[in-house]
Amino acid sequence: MAELFQFELVSPERQLLSEQVVEVIVPGTEGEFGVLKNHSPFMSTIKPGLLKVRKDGGVVEEYFVRGGFADVAPSGLTVLAEQAVRVADLDRAALAQQIRDAEEDLKDAKDDASRLKISDLLSQLNEVQNALIPA
Amino acid sequence: MPSLKDLRNRIASVKATQKITKAMQMVAAAKLRRAQEAAEAARPYAERMGEVLANLAVAFDGRDDAPKLMSGTGNDQVHLLVVATAERGLCGGFNSNIAKLARDKARSLIADGKTVKIVCVGKKGYDAIKRELGSYVIKNVDLRSVKTLGFADANAIAEDILAMYAAGEFDVCTLFYSRFQSVIAQIPTAQQLIPADLPKAEAGAEVSASAVYEYEPSEAEILEDLLPRNISVQIFRALLENAASEQGARMSAMDNATRNAGDMIDKLTISYNRQRQAQITTELIEIISGAEAL
Repeated sequence: MAELFQFELVSPERQLLSEQVVEVIVPGTEGEFGVLKNHSPFMSTIKPGLLKVRKDGGVVEEYFVRGGFADVAPSGLTVLAEQAVRVADLDRAALAQQIRDAEEDLKDAKDDASRLKISDLLSQLNEVQNALIPA
Repeated sequence: MPSLKDLRNRIASVKATQKITKAMQMVAAAKLRRAQEAAEAARPYAERMGEVLANLAVAFDGRDDAPKLMSGTGNDQVHLLVVATAERGLCGGFNSNIAKLARDKARSLIADGKTVKIVCVGKKGYDAIKRELGSYVIKNVDLRSVKTLGFADANAIAEDILAMYAAGEFDVCTLFYSRFQSVIAQIPTAQQLIPADLPKAEAGAEVSASAVYEYEPSEAEILEDLLPRNISVQIFRALLENAASEQGARMSAMDNATRNAGDMIDKLTISYNRQRQAQITTELIEIISGAEAL
């Protein structure tokens, strides 16, 4: 019997998810990490990517998240994402649009620092798109 | 004394007005519900954000290397006022109350010898402010084409403000909006955005909890990432509160207008009936005296 903990996924517009889950895999800026019950207090920013939620009974749900942070507290895990969409509802055209926007930004970028930042974002977005194509 | 025909026309026109104000009130009521739901849905995010920031800020309190968005630039010579109002009128004192608060603030700042810059969000606020302070308005954000307010809209405004801050164009940023309390009470509010006005977490229990926190990347980097995001969130929340307030204000304004129109119709109907009766009486007297003369 897997132990459950409280997980909340919140975007600025609304609260997407608030329930007891078994495991959550979060795309952290410095690498993906999984959270189980009784994880030590931890905080990380997140990169654009797929967030996987394993619920009681083994059902896995995937969300596309972009920008924000994850906060692991003794009371549970909270992910605050600037953008969060269930993968099933994700509009591929919108994602493609985001990639195109990022490509344009890359062309307009003035200095190396911002160019680096945008190319990072671009590669992360592309990664997400590639992960979604077979699905 | 207006003629019977005039009175009839007048009653018809007031009735038409009453129908419109009544419809507007019902539309506002429906929109208010939606706006309120949106404001409530956005609350958890803003609250969590505030908690986390407060926790992080404790670690940086009073340190020299604290991010500029938190500690400020060190002086307060140039003030940026962001005035968020509605795009439409006919909502009572809603727009003018916000504009008035912002104008008073701008006036007192100018009197103190500070430099003032104004960014208007929403057409009505711009209209109210440009008469007196038009030369200070540097930007006017138009949200008329926006049907449902999204986070992206707030983000765009926040990015503009942050770019100006990074370019050193102002030292202190204050946001003006109307806090939604109830349908009849909306409170015009001024909120300082930059430097961030963070609630101090209580010492003791919470600090010790954050002491064992692990951060990835470092605390400083997270804080640097969060502060600009917090600006977007604050603006988003303000815009949502504003939207709810606007509908609330319009609802009560239109309710009043409908009631006034009702009163007016009653009065006009009474004088119409009186005049009609007077006319009938006159005609009767004419007929009777004509018959008696024969």
